[in-house]
Amino acid sequence: MAATLPASPFSDDKKMERSDPKGGPPQRRQSLPWADAVFSLLTHGAAWLTLALLAGIIVSLVIGAAPAIEEFGLGFLTSAEWDPVQEKFGGLVMIYGTLMTSFIALLIAVPVSFGIALFLTELSPSWLRRPLGTAIELLAAVPSIVYGMWGLLVFSPILSTYVQQPLQTLFAGVPILGTLFSGPPVGIGLLSAGIILAIMVIPFIAAVMRDVFEVTPPMLKESAYALGSTTWEVMWKVVLPYTKTGVVGGIMLGLGRALGETMAVTFVIGNFNQLESLSLFEAANSITSALANEFAEAGEGLHQASLIYLGLVLFFITFVVLALSKLLLSQLKKGEGRAA
Amino acid sequence: MDAKVDLSVTEKAKLSVRNLNFYYGNFHALKNINLDIPAGKVTAFIGPSGCGKSTLLRTFNRMFELYPEQRAEGEIVMDGENLLTSKEDISLIRAKIGMVFQKPTPFPMSIYDNIAFGVKLFETLPRAEMDERVEWALKKAALWNEVKDKLGQSGSGLSGGQQQRLCIARGIAIKPEVLLLDEPCSALDPISTGKIEELIHELKTDYTVVIVTHNMQQAARCSDFTAYMYLGDLIEFGPTSELFMKPKRKDTEDYITGRFG
Amino acid sequence: MSAIPMPAARAALNAERARMHARRKRVNAIALTLSLAAMAFGLVWLVWILFETVRLGIGGIALSLFTEMTPPPQAETGGLANAIFGSLVMVLLATALGTPIGILAGIYLAEYGQKTWLGSTTRFINDILLSAPSIVIGLFIYAVVVAQVKSFSGIAGILALSLIVIPVVIRTTENMLSLIPNALREAAYALGTPKWRVIMTVTLKAARAGVITGILLALARIAGETAPLLFTALSNQFWTSDLSQPMASLPVTIFKFAMSPYENWQKLAWAGVFLITFGVLMLNILARVLFRNKH
Repeated sequence: MAATLPASPFSDDKKMERSDPKGGPPQRRQSLPWADAVFSLLTHGAAWLTLALLAGIIVSLVIGAAPAIEEFGLGFLTSAEWDPVQEKFGGLVMIYGTLMTSFIALLIAVPVSFGIALFLTELSPSWLRRPLGTAIELLAAVPSIVYGMWGLLVFSPILSTYVQQPLQTLFAGVPILGTLFSGPPVGIGLLSAGIILAIMVIPFIAAVMRDVFEVTPPMLKESAYALGSTTWEVMWKVVLPYTKTGVVGGIMLGLGRALGETMAVTFVIGNFNQLESLSLFEAANSITSALANEFAEAGEGLHQASLIYLGLVLFFITFVVLALSKLLLSQLKKGEGRAA
Repeated sequence: MDAKVDLSVTEKAKLSVRNLNFYYGNFHALKNINLDIPAGKVTAFIGPSGCGKSTLLRTFNRMFELYPEQRAEGEIVMDGENLLTSKEDISLIRAKIGMVFQKPTPFPMSIYDNIAFGVKLFETLPRAEMDERVEWALKKAALWNEVKDKLGQSGSGLSGGQQQRLCIARGIAIKPEVLLLDEPCSALDPISTGKIEELIHELKTDYTVVIVTHNMQQAARCSDFTAYMYLGDLIEFGPTSELFMKPKRKDTEDYITGRFG
Repeated sequence: MSAIPMPAARAALNAERARMHARRKRVNAIALTLSLAAMAFGLVWLVWILFETVRLGIGGIALSLFTEMTPPPQAETGGLANAIFGSLVMVLLATALGTPIGILAGIYLAEYGQKTWLGSTTRFINDILLSAPSIVIGLFIYAVVVAQVKSFSGIAGILALSLIVIPVVIRTTENMLSLIPNALREAAYALGTPKWRVIMTVTLKAARAGVITGILLALARIAGETAPLLFTALSNQFWTSDLSQPMASLPVTIFKFAMSPYENWQKLAWAGVFLITFGVLMLNILARVLFRNKH
């Protein structure tokens, strides 16, 4: 039995007169037909420009470094000799410095950032959430030269007295740690640079972690709480696995920044081109600091070429980190798909 | 499935759909549709979710061409020309066939500029004439009295129902011949819905209106002709009163009486 | 076989749960305390750095800072006028140069290249450029510009800075445009609008708050950059408005002065740091406020 048709509430006498405004029928006119093509060309061109830029950077770096590459080859990466007078250059000291400071920075920054993100999303009272979050983001905006200068003139004396000297006395004689903490505890060196880098990088990683924690579906967390989980368990066992793609991305972002940072490191690393011991307190050097300090005065020739070679190595390292992180992320995503 | 209605001499077809097939990639979404949309009347497309009614609507103004994986084959003839293969500039075709979407989409500009936007694409009008056109469009859309003092304000400051009427006014301002309404009331409250349904009734004097709706009662209230679709097929098409009271097919009857959907 | 444990088994189960629960509670408490400590840790640095910047820098803020040039070591007077001017000029011009390119490429990614080869490649390369160390950008401009004309110049500095602006603006423009719902675009197309007009007068307009925020953030970023200027614009003791000459900038001047043993230089460096920090923070806050207001 079909439904009955409801009476139409609209009576026909309500119809409007067709009232055209003054003027004849509209003359259809096209807008400039070539505008679309030109605009499309401009946008495509801008995209090609970015490609060209990258190609240009790589090419110019390789050309600039060519004399050094020819002279030293891949041995450059393992030689610790840096002698402008004798024109013998090896990048091991700087490469080690770059990697070590970034490692120390991440070692400190990742757990701290996780703690901050946890606090911001779960523990903080709601009225405090926005100001604290803004404070952390503002920390990310502070230019690195400020960190560097503050690090040298304010932080390193304090580090020296309250951290380095106690550490040295504490671990004197202990096999590995003792060597790590030997050397002049004057507040410069790999440890100082690493700590300052950590402080610089924390806001980036914390902000990314907080953002991904925040978009976790509340129902996911509620399901875990409903089973009787504690806050920590929800974060560690449910939220973190759910957000691991974003978290890894954030860490990689922080690592990329740490590797490429110049100013925060240059002030406190000591600018010393020798690697005598594994001590974290000894003056050392990183690729970026070496470039910052030596490039402007380096004469054309092997010195400059070696510095550019170092720049190329750094660029390569950051590229590898980025590629690895994308690879890792796509693997993680695939893993999620299989489990689902 | 040939559901071409037998149009008597009083009903002329504005749009004639012949053997229309539509694909999303490999998915065959519309299967050999044959249909005549009567001129000057309101035609409703009804059917359960996924039946293809919005897809069909969007073939009329070739909206699917924005998405490379979507394609249509067949004929949609308006005024003697197949819209799908016409050599005419797509902008001009779209100017003749206006569309209003499910969610109101006011442009990020003032109410006046929203209405004037489409007009400026095709005509250069002196200020006085443009003002007239804006007023005319807003009156036709039954919105003029509510916004005449705030034409300079942003369109997004209006209520949902008003925004939707703004979109209708915007579409009318360029003087199309056909108006396509894709579930225009689904995001609106009953009172705004009522106002828009009244508006549709008045608009059919000047335009051919096609409305997609998932609300059967709305189709029964507003339309002169109704097409019932299911899973990409056109099951039945006919005058609304006939389709609802004496459907020719059992599938139609099952849907209308609520046995499924 | 009943699944409900017998009373004795039930008591044992509860006892076990209570034991575990105590441990879980402890772990939870420790973790949450550590989290609070981490938050405090982060805040302490911010407060300390800002405090020291103000304390050491505000003493040097005087009119002379803006009117006098950078002095030789151990001089009595002096300011940072040429450095401030150089920074302003280079930062503004670099933003003006990089923004249009960035927006155009961002438009390409969001409106034309969502699924094309060029689109995905550009996105990937943009990611690389975004994470490229800024000192490497400086090296590039050195090789391409400075080495060719055999002179450091303000223009080289501007080019280097603009290369940092471009990837940032591309990323924010693409993200903001992608957030605009397709229905808005379709509504414009349905009126017969050509594509370039849909983008410029509807889509980009709807996204403008976010895009402007991105530009402001890029500006704030390059305002504090030192490394790319070190071997492009170099520095200049004197005032110059000639872009083809080496140009002083605030970050590079601070670098030089801070690393030196001269007290007057160090004092000026702190004043400069104060200026940069608060300039950058103000820009960030402005960007934030702008973004929130439009939403």
